Amino acid sequence: MSEFDAAGAAVQAALDAGARYADARVMHRRYESMSARNGDIEELTQDESIGLGVRALVGSSWGFHAVPELSDAAARDAGRRAARIAAASARVPGPPIDLVAVEPTVASWSSGCDVDPLGVPLSDKGDLLVRATGTMREHGADLAEGLYQIWDTAKWFVSSEGHRIDQRIRECGGGISATSIGDGETQRRSYPSYRGQYGTTGWELVTSLDLVGHAARIAEESRALLTAPECPAGETDLILGGEQLALQIHESVGHAIELDRILGWEAAFAGTSWLDLAQLGSLRYGSELMNVTIDPTIPGALGSFGFDDEGSPAVRRDAVREGRWVGVLAGRDSAAVAGLGYGGSVRADGWARLPMVRMTNVGLEPGPHTLDEIIAATDDGVLMDVNRSWSIDDKRLNFQFGCEVGWEVKNGRRGRMLRNPTYTGIGPLFWRSMDMLSGEIVPWGTPNCGKGQPGQIGHTGHPSAPARFRNVRVGVRA
Amino acid sequence: MSELEIAGRVVELVRRLAGPDAQAEAVVTRTDLALTRFANSFIHQNVAESGVTVRLRVHADGRTASGGGSLVDPDGLRALVERTLTAARLCPPDPAWPGLTPPSPVPPGTTPDEATVHADPDERAARVRAFVDAAGGLEAAGFCRTSHRSGAFANSAGHTAQGSSAEAAMDGIARTGGSDGVARLCADRLADLDGALLGARAAAKARAGVDPVELPPGRYEVVLEPAAVADLLQNLAWYGFNGKRYAERQSFAEPGAAQFDPAVSLVDDPLHASTLPYDLEGTGRGPLTLVDAGVTRAVAHDRRSGAEAGSGSTGHGMLGAATFGPIPRNLRLLPAPNGSTPTGGTPAPGGGAAGGGTAGGGADVLPVVAGGVTGAVADPDTAELVAGMERGLLVSDFWYTRVLDPKSLVITGLTRNGVWLVEDGVPTRAVRDFRFTESYPRALGPGAVRGLGRRSVRQPDRMDGSWWQAPPLRLATWNFTGGASG
Repeated sequence: MSEFDAAGAAVQAALDAGARYADARVMHRRYESMSARNGDIEELTQDESIGLGVRALVGSSWGFHAVPELSDAAARDAGRRAARIAAASARVPGPPIDLVAVEPTVASWSSGCDVDPLGVPLSDKGDLLVRATGTMREHGADLAEGLYQIWDTAKWFVSSEGHRIDQRIRECGGGISATSIGDGETQRRSYPSYRGQYGTTGWELVTSLDLVGHAARIAEESRALLTAPECPAGETDLILGGEQLALQIHESVGHAIELDRILGWEAAFAGTSWLDLAQLGSLRYGSELMNVTIDPTIPGALGSFGFDDEGSPAVRRDAVREGRWVGVLAGRDSAAVAGLGYGGSVRADGWARLPMVRMTNVGLEPGPHTLDEIIAATDDGVLMDVNRSWSIDDKRLNFQFGCEVGWEVKNGRRGRMLRNPTYTGIGPLFWRSMDMLSGEIVPWGTPNCGKGQPGQIGHTGHPSAPARFRNVRVGVRA
Repeated sequence: MSELEIAGRVVELVRRLAGPDAQAEAVVTRTDLALTRFANSFIHQNVAESGVTVRLRVHADGRTASGGGSLVDPDGLRALVERTLTAARLCPPDPAWPGLTPPSPVPPGTTPDEATVHADPDERAARVRAFVDAAGGLEAAGFCRTSHRSGAFANSAGHTAQGSSAEAAMDGIARTGGSDGVARLCADRLADLDGALLGARAAAKARAGVDPVELPPGRYEVVLEPAAVADLLQNLAWYGFNGKRYAERQSFAEPGAAQFDPAVSLVDDPLHASTLPYDLEGTGRGPLTLVDAGVTRAVAHDRRSGAEAGSGSTGHGMLGAATFGPIPRNLRLLPAPNGSTPTGGTPAPGGGAAGGGTAGGGADVLPVVAGGVTGAVADPDTAELVAGMERGLLVSDFWYTRVLDPKSLVITGLTRNGVWLVEDGVPTRAVRDFRFTESYPRALGPGAVRGLGRRSVRQPDRMDGSWWQAPPLRLATWNFTGGASG
């Protein structure tokens, strides 16, 4: 039985059991990761999983069931169970549910890939991590760690409306970090970011990072941080590197514009949003430099796809235009509840998980400056880069981030390295204080976005560049 | 085919394909997980999954690799073995390989509650209905979940283990006027989850939290309810009592040193509840005293970190342990002994729970307050702790806590689901949420604990099988660094 046949059988069984709409996904994912520590391979894991998840809408209540088998009997049973679960949902019913219209599509889509990452010999991949971590160790790191991860996912989607879509998405990436341990604290430097860089691309991404070439610098910077002065406390101009700003976008824009949060559907766990739908189109989110798009069509970015997990095609949309909030991340049901006309941002992290509103690529459009120009234009401030810690409240307003490294900026020049840099603020006030933005955009990939119950891990992309923010509180400490 | 038969077949396949010197361990786990989510007072997501996973680790010719999969037919198992062996051959040597768990006794574990194992979606929905109804018109949100796992372990050294477990959990908030109140509970039996009790408690706390005032940042004495204490336990477990991080000198833990207040005794105690009685490496699980009356005694190990430390495994082999390290995930902060006073300094439990993990009494159920819930203060234990506080804050829950420095375990995060100013032993005002930045070991250090409740409440983790059990806790000081609204 083909994957499409199994999905179709599950959908039909759900309809037969009373569903007025049903869809099903078969997913086959191969995953490989390797980590190294101090010049030795630490772990090599290869996983393979295949199964089917079916979603049924009975009346205005959803049910979802997933099984690891693709036989006709198993698929039909899953469809019937999904309908039964939906019927149980009706014991605590909500408002009527509609789905915004999506053209039924028969299509295939694949992400770009020059070098198949699972085809690269394990020995070559291991040598890369061994050399990079060995070099960091030689240059003074107490702990030298390296990691790569590869996901190769095939999906087959069928809906009761006539969708029949298959996709193959290959994702990979990696990075290195050096940790130096002092008497009462640790200092860490990572390259190219906290967990590395990731994309919907082939092994060419990892090759382009030149992990070995950056290893010595990273190790030396981690040692230097142990004796660097503490980031001063107070209000100052803050310049953020692109990697940290990517996480700022993720936490204080991406999650805030998720429509399920705005509607209260994530209230008990992930939280809600400070945004009020009545202000969509008029609310001032940030400065006029702030243009944020929702764009799953960016080639190679980690949040890219051809169709989301409801069969909606990838479409670029504005989220913030010239500082004004104009768009949300939505699914077909949440969009209908909100009276909006689009979905397209619903994904699941595996066959056993319910598709839900997730970020795709949520990122900034380029600004007119360069990082050097921003530094040159700053009389007194702090430059921070590479995330170390992240925390934000349940409405996505109050945040505090720590970075791995900071530098003094005095009279237009980058000065001393600073350790334990942190900054804190309130999302819209912070974004309104952005007065310089670079055009040096990088589509940073975040492979670990947690949301939902049971928990799901999302892969998101965040085009971002260095930027300056005025009068930010920095140097918070215990 | 049973889980043990599948595990045995995988080990035999390794032997056949790689020869008798290859070492192999296989873990097979069947899972049935169901979760009913509600928000805006209706069920908006309702899911169930059935699955089986096979995990294989092989060590051949001095090299090690791991693999996993969901395919348990003969072709699927053979493919898993072949690709894992191929991966191992291409790996560099692994001189620190700790070897396999030898044939050794594994505790029988608990018998899972059959009613929970076979719970249907209507039973979960009924509890949601009760929660929503008890919220009395407030908006309600949360989940009710049940899980069942049965599994087996086999390795080429001849060691085997089997077990089965079930768990139920409910976690919900009630909301009014921008104020949220929370109630959550983890139990072995779905029957022990009373949706109406939880809903009433959440609603009472929400109503007590309206019209909050903003207080200036600074150090405040606090009473932390069990949900907030669970966050302390989780972060201490992940970063402090993690054997690999300890070996790497990234942990604050110093076994033998009096690092905590004498009132603090911490036991990782998986068999206190229904759980699989063995870890990912087949090692039997049991109570491990991490802190005894303020003195750090141990950290958690899998076979690899245990071999490096020379102390052996403590039964904490788990997915991710090779990189992040082994983590205690069933931690109990032992309550004050019955008969003691929870306020004004608690006598040390003394002796801890190294023998059986049952010292200190306590319960897994949400305490029922005679006469009903009372608002901000939800139970007699907390009431006694609050009554002894001249001026401080009552904190329900913590949120989004992240590590600023792992060694000193400085954490930032926020309060959530209710904070109240306490004056002269009485909650006088609801307070807006705070951000804090605090070193957890320092906050629990010698002289820092001013009181400990006598009854524990088991708090669910995001994943079934992990939980954190604690009584309410009164601490001398907590560093609030800013208001969440500015």
